Amino acid sequence: MDQTVKLGSLTLANPIITASGTFGYGLEFMRYGDLSKLGGLCLKGISLAPRTGNPMPRIAETPCGMLNAIGLQNVGVEKFLTEKLPYIPADATLIANLYAQTPEDFGELAAIFAHEDKIAALEVNISCPNVREGGVQFGQDPHMAAGVVSAVKKRAGAKPVIVKLSPNVTDVRVIARAAVDAGADMLSLINTLSGMAVDIRTRKSRLANVVGGLSGPAIKPVALRMVHQVVQAVNVPVIGMGGIVSAEDVLEFILVGAHAVQVGTYNFMRPDNAFRLVDEVQTLAESLGIGSWDEYRGTLKV
Amino acid sequence: MIDSQTPCRDLEVLSCRPGSDPSLVNLILSAPGWACRPGQFVMLRPAQWGAELIWPRPFSVCDVSEDGLRILFQTVGRGTRRLAELVPGQKVTVWGPLGRWFRIDESRPNLILAGGVGIAPFVMLARRERRDNLSMLFGHRLDLQHYPYDEIAASIPSEAMQQKTPADIAAFETVLSDRIRALAGKGQVLACGPEPMLKVVRKYCLEHGTDGQISLENRMACGVGACLGCVAKTSQGDYVQSCVHGPVFDVRDIELGA
Repeated sequence: MDQTVKLGSLTLANPIITASGTFGYGLEFMRYGDLSKLGGLCLKGISLAPRTGNPMPRIAETPCGMLNAIGLQNVGVEKFLTEKLPYIPADATLIANLYAQTPEDFGELAAIFAHEDKIAALEVNISCPNVREGGVQFGQDPHMAAGVVSAVKKRAGAKPVIVKLSPNVTDVRVIARAAVDAGADMLSLINTLSGMAVDIRTRKSRLANVVGGLSGPAIKPVALRMVHQVVQAVNVPVIGMGGIVSAEDVLEFILVGAHAVQVGTYNFMRPDNAFRLVDEVQTLAESLGIGSWDEYRGTLKV
Repeated sequence: MIDSQTPCRDLEVLSCRPGSDPSLVNLILSAPGWACRPGQFVMLRPAQWGAELIWPRPFSVCDVSEDGLRILFQTVGRGTRRLAELVPGQKVTVWGPLGRWFRIDESRPNLILAGGVGIAPFVMLARRERRDNLSMLFGHRLDLQHYPYDEIAASIPSEAMQQKTPADIAAFETVLSDRIRALAGKGQVLACGPEPMLKVVRKYCLEHGTDGQISLENRMACGVGACLGCVAKTSQGDYVQSCVHGPVFDVRDIELGA
């Protein structure tokens, strides 16, 4: 089976994308696999200025999941372009993940990446639960989401724009429609679910930030439901994510209508998991007699 | 082969036995086919963990040879308790060797300061060819026979101090201060142990102007520099991943929390 999948003007060799914040800049994983084997890599969120991130502890393990409150620590766009991007192999499909605190700064970032040949697409992070300004506040208000998306679209040139949605909303379809109406070429969902874990003895939160974002298999049913809803509400490609740890999980998201998927926490469980998943999905799809993704996508019987 | 580009390996459990104290476990895995340096670590994740426990667990390499990969760990939480239940024949996914190691100063004395299970990485060190510039001070809570102290003491001058009471801890701290001061400008210390001990070591190194390296034991999700969960605060106020910039740091390069 040819796993190629087309998301508008973005063509991926297969539907497996590594999720932002779980795969560094790709460089960290080069000893574990060939980056060009992946459908794509969403790079660690990048802001205009460097960010130091949140104090420790930043992560906590929970049943079938984990919480994180990293706070978008990153080297800033300038250092990224000079110290990271040149070292990422040119045959990898790279998606830059953008974070800013104002629509103007989002636009500025988009304009910078619009000229980078090695960047195939932009993913706009309006859903980070772990930063005080920007982040999820854009993702919870349809007007603010639209403002960010149109600011990015105006300056993104020919780069396809993916908008990453938060599950921490009453109705994800409202934000999804607002993002698409403002020009989003595709949507990705879900970012982490807001959560917390506490220690009854020290009487402290297990995270210095007190609350964090829950990821891992624990959130997969929520993610599937939201992807299912959004696919029916919009007419752009949707990238599904949330708790994928197997080839079966990948097919579940495609069955409910996703064009591609992102794997996140799974990369922590074993650093070559994403590479192995590409082969495992191939084997599984062929064993089910699936001839192409177009034929299987969104065929859930309801 | 040092710091080779090794991929993940599924190693077989050769033995997994609690020591004479059940909280200390000796795990031997089949030989990984690589060598490493003292202070480097591996990530371990048993195949049968499924998805309930998400993270692999980081451990200092106690020793590695053609006979196998030896890990000494203390059961402290869910992960280590599950690891202690491993039985021969089961598979464990291993990636490593990872991180920066203890740098020996070949021209001056190197004093090992080990605390409890923090003795693990020094077992390998005591087997190196040149040992005349090494010595060890070991602080421990359980009785000495529970630790691989004798293996090290057989090769390098070693002394041990047991801490059972706050007074014992205060006495150990005084000795630490004296030993660290005695090496000022003359040698260096290499420390691995519980965080309160590392804070004391760092404090006296800075106070007396003694060179020192400490191995941090931060919570980690990935071990390869991606998750940014294991960061240490640098003296410049930045956060760096302890998995790739550490776990062994120069005492002057990092801050330790209050």
